[in-house]
Amino acid sequence: MNKTLNLVLAGVTSLGLAFSAHAEDYITLASTTSTENSGLFDSILPKFKADTGIDVRVVAVGTGQAFEIARRGDADSLLVHDTAGEKRFVENGYASERAGVMYNDFVLIGPADDPANISEADSAAEAFAAIAKAEAPFASRGDDSGTNRAELRLWKSAGIEPSGDWYRELGSGMGATLNTAAAMDAYVMSDRATWVAFKNPQNLELLYSGDKAMFNQYGSLLLSEEKHPDLKHDLARQWHNWLISKDGQQAIADFKVDGQQLFFPNAK
Amino acid sequence: MENNAFYVALSLLLNFDAPLYQIVALSLQVSLFAVLIAAVLGFPLGAAVALWRFRGRGGVIVVLNALMGLPPVVAGLVVYLLLSRAGPLGEWGLLFTPGAMVIAQVVLVLPILAALSRQKVEEMLDEYRDQFVSLGMSRARMMPTLLWDARFALLTVLLAGFGRASAEVGAVMMVGGNIAGVTRVMTTSIVLETGKGNLPLALGLGIVLLTLVMLINAGAYLVGEFSRRRTG
Repeated sequence: MNKTLNLVLAGVTSLGLAFSAHAEDYITLASTTSTENSGLFDSILPKFKADTGIDVRVVAVGTGQAFEIARRGDADSLLVHDTAGEKRFVENGYASERAGVMYNDFVLIGPADDPANISEADSAAEAFAAIAKAEAPFASRGDDSGTNRAELRLWKSAGIEPSGDWYRELGSGMGATLNTAAAMDAYVMSDRATWVAFKNPQNLELLYSGDKAMFNQYGSLLLSEEKHPDLKHDLARQWHNWLISKDGQQAIADFKVDGQQLFFPNAK
Repeated sequence: MENNAFYVALSLLLNFDAPLYQIVALSLQVSLFAVLIAAVLGFPLGAAVALWRFRGRGGVIVVLNALMGLPPVVAGLVVYLLLSRAGPLGEWGLLFTPGAMVIAQVVLVLPILAALSRQKVEEMLDEYRDQFVSLGMSRARMMPTLLWDARFALLTVLLAGFGRASAEVGAVMMVGGNIAGVTRVMTTSIVLETGKGNLPLALGLGIVLLTLVMLINAGAYLVGEFSRRRTG
């Protein structure tokens, strides 16, 4: 029994160490799966840490859940991609400041043989309409994420209320949705970064992109000091300011996967 | 070769991949700590329910048994709401830390340890009852004796609890947040790598996790066998 006891004690002691080892400066950032899954944070966070000494702990969830985490005061800062939602968040008093940080675009992915022939489409609305007309399987995030919200806006602009067997709401993150779409040869809308970094495309290909309506803007939000006085507002402001600074913008531009730039800095 | 999960698992282990070892260490720390706390609370609780007769005892047993099937994501949600800054224990600032993960796993493991130890102690009590009565022992005195004599069975119970803790993902994902280097454990890494479409790496991590659980079980088995032989 002594061996087990020793093992347990070792575990307890090292857990204590694990707690105290992180007493240094850090903030918790609620962000999206697209920024995490593409590897952006792995690339830029070490540069931010080198500049400021601040660790950023990223909780990567859908944009809807990220808003909820911030609303409850469980994160110090927010980096998401739903401009309309971000502005509402500021209006409702949960955030004091919003800044555009970077953009990329959404792309339509589908089976290589393209049964709805969307690669010929002249606009995003036309591509979405073609998928609905062909009733070709479409995998939707269905999780109130930024990508999901953008997808629903695009259906609306095509004048379509997506429903029926072919429209499959998965309630999953971007990567999981791409895995599922690959397995059932479905069309799917993804942010370009996650798609380029995705390693299990199977029969899927990028079929349509380029419409301005598929622009994907990321914004950083400073949370309300009034609503959540206990958060690390000073450190969060340093992060926010760094993102839109020359150094931060350069770090974002320098992040590449297979030589391809995935996020384009556009802070004003 | 890079697409073969066994190859990936082996090269991860042999190359002493530093982030992997950190992830493995955190998985072990969190789950072992959770099982330890759950044992300290759960074994006496189980033994007490076995020993004492009180109103609503049947209800307590049913609840404990039912909670063995508590979905991890529900446990995670409850702990999340408790530890959230907007929740009753928000001031502790534990959300998205290993501490939160330990608490969520204690919630999951405690019912298993309490319910199964209740059953083992009750069986043992039937065996020992006459002896206890002839010694005129109080129930409170019986408890340590029964727990000690049931120790080999309880070791298996402990392993069942550890299995539940190390295998679940829903609760630690929700209250830990899968933060790289802070709250990322084996199971949440597997979810993340699957999301990246990195299926061989995800499966490789799965193999590493299974190997680890296997080693711990083998270790516990050997300890059990050794002391069983020594004590006869």
